[in-house]
Amino acid sequence: MTPTWQIGVDVGGTFTDILAVDPSTGAWRVAKVPSTPDDQSRGVIEGLARVDAPLAGIAGFVHGTTVGTNAVLERKGTRCGLITTMGFRDMLELGRRTRPNAYGMTGSFEAIIPREMRLEVPERMGAAGQVLVPLDEDAVRRAALALAEAGAEALVIHFLHAYANPAHELRAAEIARAVWPNHYVTIGHDILREVREFERGSTAAVNAYIQPLMARYLSRLSDALARQGMPRTLLVMQGNAGTMTARGASEHAAQTVMSGPAAGALAAARIGIEAGMRNIIGCDMGGTSFDVTLIKDGQPAISAEKDVAYGVPVRVPMIDIHTIGAGGGSIARVNEAGILQVGPQSAGSRPGPICYGRGGTEPTVTDANLVLGRLDPGSMPGVESPVPVEQVKAAIREKIGSKLGLDAIAAASAIIAVATNHLASAIRLVSIERGEDPRDYALFAFGGAGPLHATALAAELGVPQVLVPRFPGATSALGCILADLRHDYVRTIGRPLLEVEGAAMDAILAEHAAEGRRQIEAEGVPIEGIVVVHEADLLFRGQSHVFRMPVASPGFDPAVVLRDFAARYKARFDIELGEMRSIIANLRTTVLGTRRKVPMALFAPEASGTPVPRARRPVHFRGVAHDTPIYRREALPVGFELPGPAIIEQMDATTVLDPGAMLRVDAAGNLIIAVGVSA
Amino acid sequence: MSFDPVLLAVIQNGLRQVASEMDLVHEKTSFSPVISEGLDRANGIYHKDTGEVIAQGETGLPSFIGVMQFSTQHIIRLRKDLEDGDVILVNDPYLGGTHLMDVRMLAPFHYAGKLWCYLSNTGHWSDTGGMVPGGFTSTATEIQQEGLRIPPVKLVRRGEIDADILAMVLGNIRVPEERLGDLRAQLGALKVGARRLTELLDRYGADVVEAAIEELKARSERLMRAHIATIPDGVFEGTSYCDSDGVVFEKLAIKLRMEVRGDDISFAFTGSSPPCKGPMNCPADLATSAIYVAMKHVFPDVPINAGCFTPIRVTPPRGTFLDAQYPRPCAGAAAEVCQRVMEAVFIAVGQAMPERVFAAPFGTSGNFSLGGYDPVEDRRYIMYMFSGGGYGGWPEGDGLTNGCSTLSIAKTQPIEILEQHFPVIYEEYALREGSAGPGEHRGGFGLNYRVKLLRGEARASFVMDHGVTGPPGLLGGAPGGMLAIEVGQHGTVSLPPHVSKGEGYVLEPGDWVQVRTPGGGGYGEPAARDPALIARDIRRGYITPEEAEADYGRRIAAE
Repeated sequence: MTPTWQIGVDVGGTFTDILAVDPSTGAWRVAKVPSTPDDQSRGVIEGLARVDAPLAGIAGFVHGTTVGTNAVLERKGTRCGLITTMGFRDMLELGRRTRPNAYGMTGSFEAIIPREMRLEVPERMGAAGQVLVPLDEDAVRRAALALAEAGAEALVIHFLHAYANPAHELRAAEIARAVWPNHYVTIGHDILREVREFERGSTAAVNAYIQPLMARYLSRLSDALARQGMPRTLLVMQGNAGTMTARGASEHAAQTVMSGPAAGALAAARIGIEAGMRNIIGCDMGGTSFDVTLIKDGQPAISAEKDVAYGVPVRVPMIDIHTIGAGGGSIARVNEAGILQVGPQSAGSRPGPICYGRGGTEPTVTDANLVLGRLDPGSMPGVESPVPVEQVKAAIREKIGSKLGLDAIAAASAIIAVATNHLASAIRLVSIERGEDPRDYALFAFGGAGPLHATALAAELGVPQVLVPRFPGATSALGCILADLRHDYVRTIGRPLLEVEGAAMDAILAEHAAEGRRQIEAEGVPIEGIVVVHEADLLFRGQSHVFRMPVASPGFDPAVVLRDFAARYKARFDIELGEMRSIIANLRTTVLGTRRKVPMALFAPEASGTPVPRARRPVHFRGVAHDTPIYRREALPVGFELPGPAIIEQMDATTVLDPGAMLRVDAAGNLIIAVGVSA
Repeated sequence: MSFDPVLLAVIQNGLRQVASEMDLVHEKTSFSPVISEGLDRANGIYHKDTGEVIAQGETGLPSFIGVMQFSTQHIIRLRKDLEDGDVILVNDPYLGGTHLMDVRMLAPFHYAGKLWCYLSNTGHWSDTGGMVPGGFTSTATEIQQEGLRIPPVKLVRRGEIDADILAMVLGNIRVPEERLGDLRAQLGALKVGARRLTELLDRYGADVVEAAIEELKARSERLMRAHIATIPDGVFEGTSYCDSDGVVFEKLAIKLRMEVRGDDISFAFTGSSPPCKGPMNCPADLATSAIYVAMKHVFPDVPINAGCFTPIRVTPPRGTFLDAQYPRPCAGAAAEVCQRVMEAVFIAVGQAMPERVFAAPFGTSGNFSLGGYDPVEDRRYIMYMFSGGGYGGWPEGDGLTNGCSTLSIAKTQPIEILEQHFPVIYEEYALREGSAGPGEHRGGFGLNYRVKLLRGEARASFVMDHGVTGPPGLLGGAPGGMLAIEVGQHGTVSLPPHVSKGEGYVLEPGDWVQVRTPGGGGYGEPAARDPALIARDIRRGYITPEEAEADYGRRIAAE
C-alpha cells in the first residue's frame, strides 16, 4: 500500500481530536474521543480506530499536545534536580525581582524545582567564556548522586555564561550521565544558547520538568503505532507551529509548550486566508481553556518568550497565544459575597459536567448550555449515559439559582453571560490592549465550545463577522496536517560586524542549511520543497537588545548588512546611531520542509437543495424562549443562507446562531455569520 | 456624550498602547542597562492645558506616574514659547522631579495644526556628573555636588538638535558616548509616539478621543471613590523611618495622618522631620506621587489617569524634609524616601482595614553604584544596580521572595549582562536565609549578593534603607530582617557607619561588596503558623531549627 493518509491529532485537556485526510483521493474522516490523562496514548489509539485510516497507509502523523503546558500550570511535572554554579542555586526562585501584577503587593510563587533539590558545584566561566574557576568534577558526581538519591527523575545542569563557553556544562553532563539512572539530563546551553541566566535556566528547568512525561507518552504512542504497522515517524508540533520528530520532542520538550494551540492558530490563519479574511482573532474554546490568537494579515503573532505561569518564562519562539481557564467544563459558583463566578476551576472530562453522567455534581458552562436548549441532550460527543435535563436543571437551580433568587433558566442564562464577559476580556487583551480594534477583525471560532458562544461574544465586542470552520473541534488537528517541518539553528558570533569575514559567515549559514536538509530528509515525511531563511541578530555596542533581520547568504557582505541594519533601525525606531560600533550577536537559520497543501475546498459539504431542520425545540436567548430549528451541519449546502435563531449540530461541535444574526455557507463549507445589530 | 462601551475601551487602550510603544522603543534602543534591562523609564501622554496624565505605558515605572504630570505642569507654566518640533530636556528635582539621574524630555504634540497634548518620557541615565559616579551620593549637602542640574531647556528647536546644549550636557557627565545613545533612544520614543498618536486620532477623530478622555477620567474617579468608601471612616496614622540622611546619623520620621470621610480621603505629613542636611530630602511632588502609587497598590484595578488621583487630597508637607527646596540635595528621594512614604500609607491603611492589606514590604531599592576604569577594554564605566527583597505576609499567604520595590516594576538586570558590561564577578546571588518577618503568614525573603572587582580601580557608593529598623509586621506579625552592607578591602571588612548608606569606597582587584536586603514583615501571630509550613521552611534551609524555635516558640524538626 502506498502511504497517502495524513493524520493530525490534538490532545486537549478534555477531548482528543483526530483528522485524517487523503489528499490523493480527497477522502477525509474526523473523530473526537475523551482524553485519557493517565495515559494519553490510549485516547489517541482509540481515536485512530474511529477514523479507520489504515495504519500502513499513513504518510504523515503529526501530533499537538498540551501535556507540557498543563504540567507546569498544575505543578504536576517530574521531580527534578538542579546542579548549578556555586552561589546561584536560588536563581529559579529569585527570578528577576518581579511581582505577579504591576499593582498590588500580594501573590505567591513556588519554583518548579524546590530549594532542597537545587545543589551548587564549584566552577565559573567569565562573560568572555574564560575559565575563572575550574569545574570540580567530584562535586558534580556527588551532587548528581545526591539528587538521584533524593528522588529526582530529571536533572538540569545550568551554569553561568555557558552560552559563551559550554565546556563546563558539557563535562558536567558527561559526569552526571555516567551516574544518572536514565537519560533525562537537560543542559542549559543546549536548550537555549543565549545570554540571561534566569530565562535560560527557567527554559531548561521547564524542559526537564516535562521531558519524562513527554518522552514516556510519545514512546508509548510511537510503539503502539509501530506495532500496528505505521511506516512513518511520529511528528510533534512545536510552539512555533513547525513540526519535529517525536525523538526531538522528547529531547527538546520545551519546544512543545503550547503546541496544540499553535496548530490551531496555524489552521485558523490558513482557513482565514482561503476564505478571504486575513485579519482574524482565533478563539479556541475546549473543555478547560480558552486560547486567543491575533492573526493580522494572515500571520499569527509570534513571541520570543512566554511566561508559562507567573515566574516561569520559557524563551523559545512561539505563536503568541493568550490562554485563560475558561471552557465548557468551567465550574459556576456563587461566592461568599453572593457574586456568580465561572471558572477557572474545571470539571475536565472526569468527572466532567453534571450532564455527562460521570459523577460530576458542580454546574458548568456546558450544563447551562444544555438547560438553555443549545445542546442536544441526546448527542453529546463521547457521552454514553447522559443525565436527564431535569436533573441538571435541578442542580443549577439549587446551587446557583437559589443563592441568587433566580429560576433554573435565569440562572443558566446568568452563567452564560458571565462566561461570555470573561471570554471577551481575554479577546480585548490580545487585540485592544495591543492597539488593535477588534471591529477590524473576524472571530474565528473553533474548539468544541467556541461556536456555541461566538455570536454572542462577537456582539459583545462589536465584531461584525464570525467564521466557524468546517470542523471546529478538529481545527488544531487540521493545523497539524498543514504544518511544515521546521528546524531552527543559531550560532553566537559576538564580534564587531565589520571585523567578520563574509565567507566565514556564509560557511556557518551553509552548515545550518545542510544540517536542516539532512534532518528533514531523515524524517521521511513527503514534502514539496525546502525553504531556507537566514537571519542575523545585530546591536550597537553597549546595548543589550538585539535587532533581528534577514540576511542574504551566500554572498554575506558585512558592509551591505551594516547599511541595511542602519536603514531598518531608522525605519523601526526613528533613531540613527551610525557612529556607534555595530556588533553581530548571532546568526540564525530556519529550514522549512513545506508539506503538500491540503485545499480547504476538500471539506466542502456535498449537500444540495434546501435543507430541512432535523427538529425544532425551544432555545432560550436573553431570557426568552424561541422556537428554534435544529439543522445538521452536513445538510447545509454551499451558498445556503439562514437567519437566526438556529442551532447547527455536527459531531465535533454545536454552532449557536443568535436571533438577528445571518448565516451563510461559503465555498469551503465554512459558516460565515453576520452578527447583526440586534444580536 | 454617552459612549459606546467598546469604543471607550478601544480608545483607552489605544492611548495606552501609544505610550507602551514609546516604552518599547525606549527600552530596546537604550545604552544604560538600567533602562534596557531594568526598564527604569516611563513614557506618557499629558493634557495640553492641565498637564494631567492621560495615559502611561504599561511597563513604565509606577512612581513616575504622578511626577511626570507635575513636571509637565511646571514646564507648561515656565515655557510659553514651545513650538511644534521642539523637545524640552530637564532633570531639575525641584520642578516635578525625582533625582538628577532621571532625565525627562517633553515634546508638544500638534494635530491638525494645533497643540493637542504633550508627549513626555523619563529615563534613568547611569550618570549625570557630580561627586560620585552614578549619582548616588550619600554625603552631598547641596545639589551641585550631586550632578548636572538641567532646567527646562530646548534640546531640539523645530526639529533641529541644539548642538550647544548637547555639548554642554555631554561635557559634564561620565561616559558621554553612551549617554548620547540614551538621549537618542528617548528622542526616538517621542517620535514613534507622535506617529502612533496621529494614526489613532486620524482613525477615531480628535473630538471623539477628547470626549473619551474626559469620560475615562470621570470613570476612574468614580471607581476610586467607590473603593475609598469601603475604608471605615476615621483618622488613622502611619509612621515610618528613614535610617538617616547620610550625613547626620539620626532617624528621619515620616508622620502620616490619613483621614477618611465617605468617599474622600486626605493625607497630611504634620510632625514629620524637618529638612535634612544629606541627600534624603524629597521634592513635595514626589511625596504626593508616592501616596498615589501606594493607593494604586491598595486598589489595583483603577485605570491610571488623572481621575484616579482626584479624590486623594494631600496637604503640602511644608517645613519638612518632604518638601525639598533649592539647594537641598535629594539623591535618595526617588528610590528610598518615597518608599518610606508608601510604607506609612500601608501602615495607616492597615490600621483601618488590616484584613484587606499586607504587612510592610522590604521597601528599599538597594541602590549600589560602581564607577571605574577597565584597563582591558580601555573604557570608563558606571555600573548601577538595584535589587529586590521580601514582601510582607498577606491575608492569604506568605510574602513574595525577592519582589520588586514598591515604586517600581523594573526587573533586575541579569548577572550575565552585568558581567558582560563591567569588570566584576558575582560570587553569590542568593535568597537571604532567615530574613523573613515571622507571622502566621511570614514575610518573603530578601536577597544576599556578593560582587567582586576583577580589574582596574573603582569607587562604590550605596544609598539604601531599612538598615536600622526592619519592615514592620501587621496584626501581631514581626518585622522583617534589616538591610546590611559589608565592604572587603585588602582583606579587611568594614560596615558603613550609616549602615545602609556610604560612598567613596575605593575598590581594587579582589575587593568585594556584600549586600543583604530586608525581608518582608510578618502577618498575623507567629504562634498561629501551620507547623507543616515551619517544617517545610526548615527543610528548604529558609530558617534553621533554632530560628524556628525562637520565632515561632516551637521545636520542629525537618521531616
